[in-house]
Amino acid sequence: MPFIPHTETEISEMLAAIGAPSIDALFDEIPAALRIKSLAAIPDALSEMEVGRLMQARASQDGRPLNFLGAGAYEHHIPAAVWAIVTRGEFYSAYTPYQAEASQGTLQLLYEYQSMMSSLTGMEVSNASLYDGASALAEACLMAVRAHRKSKSARIVVPSTLNPTYLSVSRAVVEGQNLSFTVLPYESGKGTLQFSTLEALKGEDLTAVVIQQPNFFGQMEDVDAITDWAHANNALVIAVVNPLSLALFKPPGEWGTKGVDIVVGDGQPFGVPLSSGGPYFGFMTTRMEHVRQMPGRIIGRTVDLDGKQGFTLTLQAREQHIRRSKATSNICTNQGLLVTAATIHMSLLGAAGLESVAATSQRQTSKLIEKLTRIPGVKLAFDGYRFHEAVLQLPVKVREVLDALAERNIVGGLDLSNLYPELGNALLVCATETRTDADLDTYAIALTDIVTGVVERNR
Amino acid sequence: MSHISEPLIFKHSRTGRSAVGQYPQGATAQVPEKFRRRKRAALPEVSELQAVRHFTRLSQLNFSIDTHFYPLGSCTMKYNPRACNAFAMLPEFLGRHPLAPDSVSQGFLACLYELQEMLKDVTGMKGVSLTPMAGAQGEFAGVAMIRAYHKARNDLERTEIIVPDAAHGTNPATATMCGCTVVEIPSLPNGDIDIDALKGALGPKTAGIMLTNPSTLGVFERRIQEVAKLVHDAGGLLYYDGANLNAILGKVRPGDMGFDVIHMNLHKTFSTPHGGGGPGSGAVGVGQRLLPFLPIPTVGKDGDNYRWLDEKDVPQTIGRLSAFMGNAGVLLRAYVYMRMLGREGMHRVAEFSALNANYLLARLKKAGFDAAYPERRASHEFIITMKRQAKELGVNAMDFAKRLLDYGYHAPTTYFPLLVPECLLIEPTETEAKEELDGFVDALIAIQAEAEQDAAKVKGAPYTLPVRRLDDVRAAKQLDLTYGMRSTE
Repeated sequence: MPFIPHTETEISEMLAAIGAPSIDALFDEIPAALRIKSLAAIPDALSEMEVGRLMQARASQDGRPLNFLGAGAYEHHIPAAVWAIVTRGEFYSAYTPYQAEASQGTLQLLYEYQSMMSSLTGMEVSNASLYDGASALAEACLMAVRAHRKSKSARIVVPSTLNPTYLSVSRAVVEGQNLSFTVLPYESGKGTLQFSTLEALKGEDLTAVVIQQPNFFGQMEDVDAITDWAHANNALVIAVVNPLSLALFKPPGEWGTKGVDIVVGDGQPFGVPLSSGGPYFGFMTTRMEHVRQMPGRIIGRTVDLDGKQGFTLTLQAREQHIRRSKATSNICTNQGLLVTAATIHMSLLGAAGLESVAATSQRQTSKLIEKLTRIPGVKLAFDGYRFHEAVLQLPVKVREVLDALAERNIVGGLDLSNLYPELGNALLVCATETRTDADLDTYAIALTDIVTGVVERNR
Repeated sequence: MSHISEPLIFKHSRTGRSAVGQYPQGATAQVPEKFRRRKRAALPEVSELQAVRHFTRLSQLNFSIDTHFYPLGSCTMKYNPRACNAFAMLPEFLGRHPLAPDSVSQGFLACLYELQEMLKDVTGMKGVSLTPMAGAQGEFAGVAMIRAYHKARNDLERTEIIVPDAAHGTNPATATMCGCTVVEIPSLPNGDIDIDALKGALGPKTAGIMLTNPSTLGVFERRIQEVAKLVHDAGGLLYYDGANLNAILGKVRPGDMGFDVIHMNLHKTFSTPHGGGGPGSGAVGVGQRLLPFLPIPTVGKDGDNYRWLDEKDVPQTIGRLSAFMGNAGVLLRAYVYMRMLGREGMHRVAEFSALNANYLLARLKKAGFDAAYPERRASHEFIITMKRQAKELGVNAMDFAKRLLDYGYHAPTTYFPLLVPECLLIEPTETEAKEELDGFVDALIAIQAEAEQDAAKVKGAPYTLPVRRLDDVRAAKQLDLTYGMRSTE
């Protein structure tokens, strides 16, 4: 029996100790009419070797296409040491550190993580993670409503340059709680928030303004001006950031005169493989004054009976297992194992390493844009400074191009034509440090072929 | 387990040191002044070996399933098969971008589609969505669907969610998060729901009821069919909290009991790792009435072709709960686990978790410990209460729990459920061998003897772990949440 150690003798001994005639008798409190008749949809058991063969066949079917897609999930090199340690049973198969004395490894690691994320984002405190970047933004919106007691509107302002999925998820998560979202347009040609539409809200009761930096298009927003405007107009500021970009860019804690109030994002670029979208982890940092409104686990350093340093879950009075219906959130588990990966990743690379990865990614994206915009009819949608993503406009339908690229084993980017129809045949592309110059050429050659082919066919 | 403390990683840091081999060299960014970071983040500067050694040593300060018996009630700490991890981490799966076209995703989508089908079958539901990223998010999805159902019928007054007093804290917290009010009902002394109290709570405002069955008291709700009829007749829906699904897997299905919606903790019942507090995975299953509201995306099949289903296919969906497809890698692990158990293995999960729990209960009762529900069968878990020891010896449930750590056993869940005083909620799971259970009983017997002879010894435990009991009050009052926040190090 897979994973069940009992011998026939032991089963008999155990039943005798219980005083039950059979294992089936242990279920005698369940009404007989409810008992399962059959499980027709479950196939026969496979051995480890057989299931391995099946999974390898499934994996091979998908292959390993050359990837130029980002849009919130980024392919970076992960040092071999990261997952060798993450998958150690002591991390992999432990649970939430309720018994602090038996969980000092996880707890100390989380404390180190909180320290690193606070410094990276320029904020005072961090929680021990949330589910992912999108749900972290939803939690940040709810937190802003709790933290900003003077604002009665529960109205959140978001630019349309925010990752559209982050907005969808936020809407779904806060649905029952009377929050409203005001979406502001971007400036065409620039791909950044149209500031005048923000200024038009002057005098209105706004709970928070959300800024994504770099934004969904990969462009850089004027974060100082937006932050200062929001604060001058009594709104909190929620920053959504790619943590890797903070190796190069000004941390949200330093935006404007006062810095932002809450920072969230997806930690995936730090040691977490693409893996079809998860598990990733969401991070959240904030000012000390808001720490009691922050959702999720928080680890504190303290001392034991002998005065020795130790780590423990703290501020638990915010949480569901204590506060029940009055908790700050229903969140219970977070993404501890992925935080483990990120903490090891940050430690291995250090600030200098992350800076180098960010700079190389930016450089490879610039090179890619240069190569692709040489193709007749392909142009950049927006001017201005950008990180490692860009929006291209193609002379032909993006869907067709992406399908043709997929046939050549290239994942060419994200089709924006449904999300932003006003941009026409728009394609969001990304290159990280993992794309070599030869990879960029492969993409450019394929795209040239395909675009020229389609243009000629349409003629 | 190691008992030697490890300094914070920042203590190993030296300016200019780094694991140079781990990152590309040569690129420098030209960042305009207004965007430029002025001072590098205070990340550690260590060599690869120092990082590896540091985190390996930290790992050795943990109890885990791989190293210790971990009978944490309500958490189902069963063995996490290594094969599940290995096959979910094949390079093709790890490298797949979540938004890659369906044409290069058929292998992955096939696994998810089949997982949906298998989960439908074991729960007796009509549809499954795999996107919720944890149990609490699955609960959220469930209650949000109940709300959406009533709204779609223009039955707008239904905003009350009934929750038994024994429920997990996430249940009332979830109801609040969904904009509902919580109506709590008591349990009877025998652990069953108080049907009269339920009748009193039901009415035109009832949106639904959230139940765990077997309940958190470790016993099966025997009148579940009657409960289901009452709730349905009142116009409400039934939500099944899958925290305790391990107890009934392959034996009885929530759908057959009358539940309209269920969340499953794949990290419990389907053996994906707990990872020191996540990732979890809280897939939801629904009956016919809630099918139109399932969170997206789900996986559909047209002929031989798998594809994502989104707003266009499920226009009344409660929406997206994650940026992509939930905790996809966790789903692959659960898929491998279910394929390895197969049809004939499903019911063994409930059988052997019940055998282990009832054996442990029988032995502890015989050894003189007090079961909270001595007349009832244990499900996959059970409660003993240390009320007598606390009163007579001054040694409480937490003292027993901490002393167990010295004996090499992770403590059971303590002080939950809240309505049983001085309780230990014990869940051995099906993957533990008899001698491990016997060792645990022997340890509790030994601690009982210690408590009778030298209460202070038990109250001072643990002694053999990296730290002794921690000052939680200080942790909350003198907040020290990041390196450098308090002390001058």
